[in-house]
Parts: sequence; C-alpha cells; structure tokens
Amino acid sequence: MAGSQEHPHDGAAGASEGALRMTPAVIAPGHTFESVTDKISGIVLTKRTPIGWFFGFAIAFAFLMLMNLTIGKLLLTGIGIWGNNVPVGWAFDIINFVWWIGIGHAGTLISAILLLFRQQWRTSINRFAEAMTLFAVACAAMFPLLHTGRPWLAAYWLLPYPNTMGLWPQFRSPLIWDVFAVTTYFTVSLLFWFTGLVPDMATLRDRAQSRAGRVIFGVLSLGWRGSARHWHRYEMAYLLLAGISTPLVLSVHSVVSFDFAVSVLPGWHSTIFPPYFVAGAIYSGFAMVMTLAIPLRKFYGLEDFITMRHIHNMTKIMLVTGMIVAYGYANEAFFAWYSANPYEGYMMSNRMTGPYGTLYWSLIAINAAMIQLFWFRRVRNNIGLLFVLSLLVNVGMWLERFIIIVTSLHRDFLPSSWDMYAPTRWDFAMFTGTIGLFLSLFFLFIRFLPAIAIFEMRTIVPQAKLQPEHHG
Amino acid sequence: MPQIFHHSTNTLAKVSIVGGLLLASGLIGLIMIFGRSSYVTRAHEFIEQPLQFSHAHHVGDDGIDCRYCHTSVETSSFAGIPPTKTCMNCHSQLWVTSPILEPVRASFRDDRSLRWIRVHDLPDFVYFNHSIHVKKGMGCETCHGRVDEMPLMLQENSLQMNWCLACHRSPEQFVRPRSEIFTMGYRPPVPQAVLGPQLVQEYGIQSLTTCSTCHR
Repeated sequence: MAGSQEHPHDGAAGASEGALRMTPAVIAPGHTFESVTDKISGIVLTKRTPIGWFFGFAIAFAFLMLMNLTIGKLLLTGIGIWGNNVPVGWAFDIINFVWWIGIGHAGTLISAILLLFRQQWRTSINRFAEAMTLFAVACAAMFPLLHTGRPWLAAYWLLPYPNTMGLWPQFRSPLIWDVFAVTTYFTVSLLFWFTGLVPDMATLRDRAQSRAGRVIFGVLSLGWRGSARHWHRYEMAYLLLAGISTPLVLSVHSVVSFDFAVSVLPGWHSTIFPPYFVAGAIYSGFAMVMTLAIPLRKFYGLEDFITMRHIHNMTKIMLVTGMIVAYGYANEAFFAWYSANPYEGYMMSNRMTGPYGTLYWSLIAINAAMIQLFWFRRVRNNIGLLFVLSLLVNVGMWLERFIIIVTSLHRDFLPSSWDMYAPTRWDFAMFTGTIGLFLSLFFLFIRFLPAIAIFEMRTIVPQAKLQPEHHG
Repeated sequence: MPQIFHHSTNTLAKVSIVGGLLLASGLIGLIMIFGRSSYVTRAHEFIEQPLQFSHAHHVGDDGIDCRYCHTSVETSSFAGIPPTKTCMNCHSQLWVTSPILEPVRASFRDDRSLRWIRVHDLPDFVYFNHSIHVKKGMGCETCHGRVDEMPLMLQENSLQMNWCLACHRSPEQFVRPRSEIFTMGYRPPVPQAVLGPQLVQEYGIQSLTTCSTCHR
C-alpha cells in the first residue's frame, strides 16, 4: 500500500497523526468507546449550532432557491429557456445527470464493496459518503424529470404501468433501462443507509436531552435495544444489502453509458463506454467524498476519525480510477485512427482542434496529467492542495461529459446540420441550483444525523480488541 | 430510563409495515380506478339536450336509417348533425301541434339552429374520420352502442386511448361486412374468429398504431 519510510509525515497534518508510523491509523490513538460516542453524537445533540453552519447553509439554501426559481421558469415557459438546439438536443440536462449519478458511486463503493473486502478504513467515511450518494442521485433525477418540460406527465413517459392510453415505455430504449437502474440504485442506497443508521439512532435516542429528540430518534431507531438478536439480524441484513449494492456499483453507470453507447453516433458508439464510465464515476465520486471530508473533518475537529489514512487511500483510488479514465481517452483516440472510419476520425480531430478544443485539452490536463501528482506523498499529505485538486477533478469529470455529449452531437454525419451549442444562464442556474440542493441536504444531514457511524467506530478503537466477543 | 413509547407501539410498528404497503398500493389502485370511472370518462351519462330527442323512438320504433340524418358519415370525417329542415321533413306533417316540438318549429320559423350538446367529444389533438371507419367495415354500433335503445343519447364507451387501440391493434375482432354497418344488434353470421380475418383481408384493413395515425 504505502512506502516504508520510517519517518513522520511532513506537512502540517503530520503532527496530529501519531508519529513514527508507516501508515497513519484509521483512528487516532487514545480513543475509547465513550470518547468516540461523545464526539460524534455531540455534533448532533448540541444545543448550539455552530455559526459557520448557518453561514454555509445560508449560501447553499440561496442556490437551492435559485433552483426553485429556475424550475418555476422552466415549467411556465418550457425547456426553450435552455441552450439545447437541434443537433445538440441533449446538453446540460444529460451532462449534469451523468455527473451527479457518477458522484454517487463512491458512496456505494465505500459502503458495499469495501465492507465485503473488510477494509477497515471505510468505517469513518461510509455514512456521509452514502448520504452523498442519496443526495447526488436526487440531484441527478432532477434533470431527466425536468427535461421533459412537463414532469407531471413523466409517470407514463418513464414508468411502465397500465395506463388508460394503452401505452408502454419503449423497452428497447436505454433511457428506460436508466429509469430502472437509477430507481433501483436510489432504493437500495436508501435502505442501506437507513439500516446502517438504526443502531446510531438508538444511541442518539438514549442520549437526547429533549423530549422531541427522544421521540424522533426513538421512532427512527425502530425499537432498537442492542440485544444479541438485534445485532445478529442487523449484521445479516447489512451484509445482504452490501451484496445487493455491490453489482449496482458496476451496473448503474454501465446502464447510464448505454444511453450513449447504444446509439450509432461517432464518439458515443463505443464498447469501452461501460467500464470507462464506471471508472470515471468512482473517480469523480471519491473526489466529491474528498471535497466533503476535508472541510467536515476540519470544521468539526474530526481529524482523529477521518485520518490521513483515509485521505491517502482515497487519493490512491482516485489515482487508479483516474488512470483508467485516461486510458479510456487514449483508447478513443487510438480507435478513431485505427478504425480508419472518416466519421470517427473527424469526431476525434474535431474534439481536439475544433471549437471545443480548449475544453478537451483542459479535461486531459486534469484527468490525465494533473492526477499524476497523486503519486507523490508530499501531495497526498497536503490537505489544502488536495482540496483544490479534488475540486478540479470534479470540474474535469464535468468537462468530460460536456465533451462526450456536445462534441459528438454538434457535428455529426451531415455538415448541413452542424451547429454550435452554448448554455444559457438558465442552464447554469439549474446546475448551480442542484449544487445548492446537494449542499443544503448535506448541511442538514451533518446537523441532524450522525455523519460518522458511531457504533462502527467503536469497533475499531483498541478497547474493542480486548473483548473476545466483539462484533465486526 | 423511562419508556418513551407505550408497549403497544411494537405492534403498531409491525402493522405499519403492512399497512403502509397496503395504503400505498390501495391509493395507486384507487387513482387507476378513478381514471377509468365514468365520472372521468362521462360514459353512460345522459346529457340534457335543448330538446328531448329520442334515438330509441326514431331508430328503434320508426326504423329510420342513421344516414337519413347523419348524411356525411360515409364521405366526411364528421358524421353531420341534421339541420332543422330534416326534422321538419316529417314534423311539418306529424305532431304539428305537439308542445314538445315547439323548439323545432321555433328554430325553423326564426331560422336559428338548435344548439345540440355534443355527446361524443374527442380531444382536439385527436384526428378522427368517420368515413374511413365506415368504409373499412366498422359498424356504428361498435363505438356508439345500441343507439336504437337510447331514449337520450349517451356515450357508450370510455373514448380513452386504450379503447381506440383495442380495435386498432386487432381490428379482426370488431370488423363486420359493409352491408351491416348501420345494423343495430348485429350478430355475425359465421363466428367472428373466421369472418374477422377474412374481412380484414378483403377490405385491406391495416393495424394502424403509429402515433401520427391519430395525433397529426
């Protein structure tokens, strides 16, 4: 995993990490069951909300209101307020959908696959990564619903049910596969997240000072008493849900990639799309986890729980998946040449040197060149730099979707139908609005629910190792 | 620590799992039933007309052919609503003093049309043409029901899209010989399963289910 230098980390973060370790621990030394529980539940049960929380929430909420305004405008006017035009019939609505769905994937990977592989370092980041998944899927779902222009009719456009028109969705279309993939993903993710929350809800119920807190957390904890039978069932349910979630990490974004790969458009019609999309999803998802984890651990003083070990491991996963994505770019370019197909060839040269060339090279600069910085331990230890890099990765992955969608559509087979695409301010309002929705939900989440799994953290403190019958 | 919830909450929680599912599926079911009910489709609903014209009397008792009044049904998209003059063909001789027919006579005198209320009202986004249906062997009765038994005109069918599609998807179940189009109470002389496919073949009936057949 890591190098074997026998010296403490350089950089400011090294000091709190417990010196003279080869790799930082998944939890800082000196913690007990009680200190872990106090720390995490204290964030929720405190009577004094930090002023910074209000500040951050206010900004996020303002953008959420911008989203509502945009949706209002959209419903009154129609999707003509967006920049979509005839060759580019799909633009921000699908770019942002794919971007958000992709971000969700890290949460599922952390909670399901890392659980099955018994990776202990998942423990402190899984809860908020799963929340991130849910919120990202909610943001993603906005776009396909609203791009219909009349979302109240979306029920029969998207869902197969015996309606009075005798109509069914087109089952041969990947768009309807998308509906199934995404709704399954959201349902399973929600169940997984909630199941994991139940024991912690009971902890909060027992510690809550107010009557309202006791009742609300009491209802949400579903009568959890922590008996051996409860734990046995919990573990079984959690494992089963992890098993169900695991294939979803691969399948959901594969299906999303079919939206493109199943068409016959140069730049879309490619067998590399499913693995390349899945890798890109995990890559962007970990970048988002990092973007959220770094401020979270700083402002709430959670450096003991979200340690440099977590940061390092996430960086390494981003490096691996980022390289797979970069391999995908190389493959696209190679096959454009190797196929000797003039349309494929033109698509690639248009991407590189056409009107959107700057964006293409920006994405190569980020997703292929910049991530090579993650090889260096100095970079992996520099929290401030990592925060900036993780934001840039999110930008890079957004640019990737923009390039794939817009450059493939705007110049297709017939030069007479070529046109340029430019987003309008409503496009940007909708996009930043969903970021507002995402962050608003996240702020509410860290204020009202335990952002780190308390009982799972208790299993990794040294105290837990002393008992022969520890769970985990 | 004192109990937060009463002991019965355990049962309530378990019941709520089943109850929630039942409630959700019940609500969805209700919405579906409501959407198909005659409250929404207005089928089987007598509509108050300016004059209580009885198809049961004119068609059933008197045996007047549909085309005597609905003259353009074979040549036009619209079957045609008869002008008052058509009524007066007979009613200038019959029941000339009947008070119930006073609106007809008034309409004739003042040269003002009777304002009939449309019973079969398709949405404006649907293209429908009577003449082609008549030409291809669709009986009046198939869509309009036993008009000869209706004292006041009512809508026999839902006119919902799946009702249209039921025939458009398998016209052989409903087609009849051209000679029987205007017959009320038609019974196929040979089983429909034999006759239907023959007529479909003979009349060159296509199963038209593309969107633009009706939504032009």
